[in-house]
Amino acid sequence: MREPMANANPVVLPLDQVVKSVAEERVSVASNWKLVWWRFRKHHLALFSAGVLILFYLVVLVPDFFATYDPEATDAKLSFIPIQGIHLLDGARISPWAPAIVGKRNAVTLKMEWQVDATKQVPLHLFVRGYPYKVLGIFETDIHLFGSGSQDADAKVFLLGTDRLGRDQWSRLMYGTRTSMTVGLVAVALSVVLGVVLGGVSGYFGGWLDLIIQRLIELLQSLPTIPIWLAMTAALPQDWRPDQVFLAITIILALVGWTTLGREVRGRFLSLREEDFVLAAELAGCSRWRIITRHMVPAFMSHIIATSTLAIPVMIINETSLSFLGLGIRPPAISWGVLLQEAQNLQTIALAPWLLIPGLFVILAVLAFNIVGDGLRDAADPYGH
Amino acid sequence: MTGTNHLPSQASTHPSAQPLLQVKNLKKYFPIQKGFFRHVLGNVRAVDDVSFFIHEGETLALVGESGCGKTTTSRCILRALTPTSGQMLFGTPDATRVDLAKLTRQELRPLRPQMQLIFQDPYSSLNPRMTLFDIVGEPLLVNGMTNRRERVERVAELLRLVGLRPEFMQRYPHAFSGGQRQRIGIARALALHPRLVVADEPISALDVSVQAQILNLMLDLQKRMNLTYLFVAHNLSVVKHISARVAVMYVGKIVETAETTELFALPKHPYTAALLAAVPVPDPRVKTGSVELKGEVPSPANPPSGCYFHPRCEFAVDVCRREAPAYRERSPGHFVACHRADELKLPGIA
Repeated sequence: MREPMANANPVVLPLDQVVKSVAEERVSVASNWKLVWWRFRKHHLALFSAGVLILFYLVVLVPDFFATYDPEATDAKLSFIPIQGIHLLDGARISPWAPAIVGKRNAVTLKMEWQVDATKQVPLHLFVRGYPYKVLGIFETDIHLFGSGSQDADAKVFLLGTDRLGRDQWSRLMYGTRTSMTVGLVAVALSVVLGVVLGGVSGYFGGWLDLIIQRLIELLQSLPTIPIWLAMTAALPQDWRPDQVFLAITIILALVGWTTLGREVRGRFLSLREEDFVLAAELAGCSRWRIITRHMVPAFMSHIIATSTLAIPVMIINETSLSFLGLGIRPPAISWGVLLQEAQNLQTIALAPWLLIPGLFVILAVLAFNIVGDGLRDAADPYGH
Repeated sequence: MTGTNHLPSQASTHPSAQPLLQVKNLKKYFPIQKGFFRHVLGNVRAVDDVSFFIHEGETLALVGESGCGKTTTSRCILRALTPTSGQMLFGTPDATRVDLAKLTRQELRPLRPQMQLIFQDPYSSLNPRMTLFDIVGEPLLVNGMTNRRERVERVAELLRLVGLRPEFMQRYPHAFSGGQRQRIGIARALALHPRLVVADEPISALDVSVQAQILNLMLDLQKRMNLTYLFVAHNLSVVKHISARVAVMYVGKIVETAETTELFALPKHPYTAALLAAVPVPDPRVKTGSVELKGEVPSPANPPSGCYFHPRCEFAVDVCRREAPAYRERSPGHFVACHRADELKLPGIA
């Protein structure tokens, strides 16, 4: 055990010891968040997943920039176009292009059949001009990340094919990403507020209030969620605008979903109330408010963030299932669930399997959230003695 | 140990003076609740009719096995717990006496600086998310020292006082060893110039090599700042070096109180004698006492009849099973709760 000496003589240390003590000093003055970050950083998969999530949320910020065509634009002549592959090399030169496609009506089934026209290449460019949109509702532009840059019908590129109404699936997916990822985030934010307030009251004050809140949580948890959602969404007026429905759905998801977080917060408060450092603050004469905000809440903040990160994918799946069943977000609004609704019948899946691609996005987002949440949970308590 | 030759001022030197703290018939019961409506089935009598006093500048040791109620007693005095009944008279500097047991949270706050606690666990008692400056400076801040520079100076002074370098102020607790952390805890307790310091087994969680250092630090600080200690411990060997008087607790009651030398030499309660026999003597030729403890500590929720110690006592007679013994002063300053205190000749250690 190294006890400090009040007046130690300056000693010349060898370089490797100096380096070591500098590193030790860095740890000595590292705050909680720094320690959490250092530990999270070691979890490479979680770090990668965090990168994936950042990409997702970039799309949430400006879906139009990533979209190639107006997601609402329909063209009956362009329905059910399959995925056009992108080629990166033109000869030896890096210059991405997509093969043009031509439609031919089958004389027997009278169906349009799309075939690759290998003779014609549609070049792809970065930062092309397309339909105009507003960035974050502030300034207008028509620059898109990539595209063919041409509005010509036979020079169009449908990255992930088109649906029954000839709408570009890639562009619709960008819009769906915005809705679905936002629903998850907002619903979890609402349930964090509910959970922290009700769980905190329950855990800190105890008594009858605790009893009532705990029975309420048990009641909510014992109700089967799907019928509850059905009942609540069925109660929404049919003539509400899509954004009103969106808000209502998030509130409904949060109202049912706060209970786990509420329990967690209550448990943390109960155990923290008994902690010695909280008693020390009490004995120092700290006010209740100071004890809660300076000692108790920071002690479980990282756990709450980890738990909420794990709650977001559940919300996303909930929203997707609701919309898939036609009870959540309704067209013309676009979400992953709404997109998957297009792939509800066997015929579509057999003839246009690319309409299932939104499901891959759901899986990717849910996995990324879960891995990041796991990494955060492991890093949340960097002290463990 | 270098601090052994220094003994704090004895209680007997100023018998007429008002004690700094006088505890009278202190009781703390925890109700046992059951069912949805939480009806009370019984009580855990953690502290059951405890009386003692501490003079200013003195150290009283409170000794007993784990679960005997010594920590509950100390938490009641600091009003971390509200006692069920009893009085705790605390002498304020202006010579008035307040009953700590009756004060509300608001009324307690101005008194808080005068009584502080040194914790047993140097790990859980420091908030890992705060720097030393924030930890030691918090009592100063919430008690009105809002000027940051003033606080920095005072914290540096306190760190030097407990033998730590002031440069450590920006570090977090995880950078320190157990002994150093305990020094930080002591610095925090002393920040507000307390008059009564309750030390709840302050060295039992530390390495043996560091225990003596912390004990000596506490003795040194007592001499310098005229501190009054209530020193809670679970064995007698530690207590000998630091306290003027010792109170022995058993299942929520004090069974014997005496000056340290007298208690060690002439114990009058069989339980005290048993504890003394358990003190290791670093000399193979010395035969330790014959008193041995058999059986388990009874539960304070369901204590035995009569004297709580009778099932484990080899001197127990009929009256011990029937009647609880009175806690009486048998010789000046020596209080015992035992029916046979006057007839038994119990072995002590020198």
